[in-house]
Amino acid sequence: MSLPPPELRPGEAAVLAARTAARAADDGIAPIAYARVDSPVGSLVAVATARGLARIAYELENGGLDSILDDVALKLSPAIVEAPARLDPVRRELEEYFEGRRQGFDVALDWGLTTPGFRRRVLQECAQIPFGATSTYKQMAVAAGSPAAFRAAGGALGANPIPIVVPCHRVLASSGGLGGYTGGLERKRLLLSIEGGMLAV
Amino acid sequence: MPTAKRPVPHLPPFQRFLDAHRDDVLRYLIASLGRDDADDAFQETFIAALRAYPRLLPDSNLRGWVLTIAHRKALDVHRARGRNPIAVAQIGERADGATARAADADGPDHWERVRVLPARQREVLTLRYGADLTHAEIALALGCSEEAARRAAADGLKTLREELRDVPATA
Repeated sequence: MSLPPPELRPGEAAVLAARTAARAADDGIAPIAYARVDSPVGSLVAVATARGLARIAYELENGGLDSILDDVALKLSPAIVEAPARLDPVRRELEEYFEGRRQGFDVALDWGLTTPGFRRRVLQECAQIPFGATSTYKQMAVAAGSPAAFRAAGGALGANPIPIVVPCHRVLASSGGLGGYTGGLERKRLLLSIEGGMLAV
Repeated sequence: MPTAKRPVPHLPPFQRFLDAHRDDVLRYLIASLGRDDADDAFQETFIAALRAYPRLLPDSNLRGWVLTIAHRKALDVHRARGRNPIAVAQIGERADGATARAADADGPDHWERVRVLPARQREVLTLRYGADLTHAEIALALGCSEEAARRAAADGLKTLREELRDVPATA
């Protein structure tokens, strides 16, 4: 006598899983939600906690979705669900930014993926650089309270967990060179050109 | 941000766990409860799993664990049905195959007969053949011995075979 398991209808379990994930995010049972966001600089993965936006990752440059979420699971919590609706405000602001209709971001930020101390201060100073302006690694080090630590400032900016929204692309080398970028220099150029093409390169 | 490959064992993000086991859990719940009640029990199962998830050990048997939770949620539904005379009448109708309800549009199947077996036989057969758990995993889920699980499965199958003999071959 054989008892084959019940057959599932196509997509049936996926729909239920999506509904469960959305409910978990809405009710606060899952503290962390993520969504994929398409953009002119490639596919992004956005991750938010109850505090705010904690991560924007260039999907390809960071080893893909699994690798990005593994990192968040390790550093914050594995209670992570895909809940696109929770990331709607972020998605909307990014859209407006890329369409040239927004110069600053209003979504709350969660700094939980940054290293407390100097590195976090550098990123928080960086978040103050206005649209269309640029700064230097040296100036960031000074603003964060350690004028000599411009290399460490570069390291902190290179590890920026929330690029675009925390505009580390606005920080250039003191020599006038482009410096580095977490998403590759092509993207740095593109973001700066969106903000007014004030780059002399 | 650098994504260093760390050898530290850690739990996968919950979404990956959900995606990996959603089909197995739904199949099991449909076997145990039928489609009508499987949807709610599915959500209850994974919500309960999520609440406990961050405290799990990274090398846990995640599949066995979530199916054990699904089993407990199914048990709640079966107990509620046991307290509800209307539900019992419906099960009785379905068990003798005389009434086809709209919810059973897929046609009556062997799982409907499993659902009205004695509780322990029903539990073991749904976990063994609906969820593909081993007898050892079933023993863990039910808190019984492996031998008891094996025996209940054999008894359940025997009952089903006998019922099958008594049913005219017109279906």
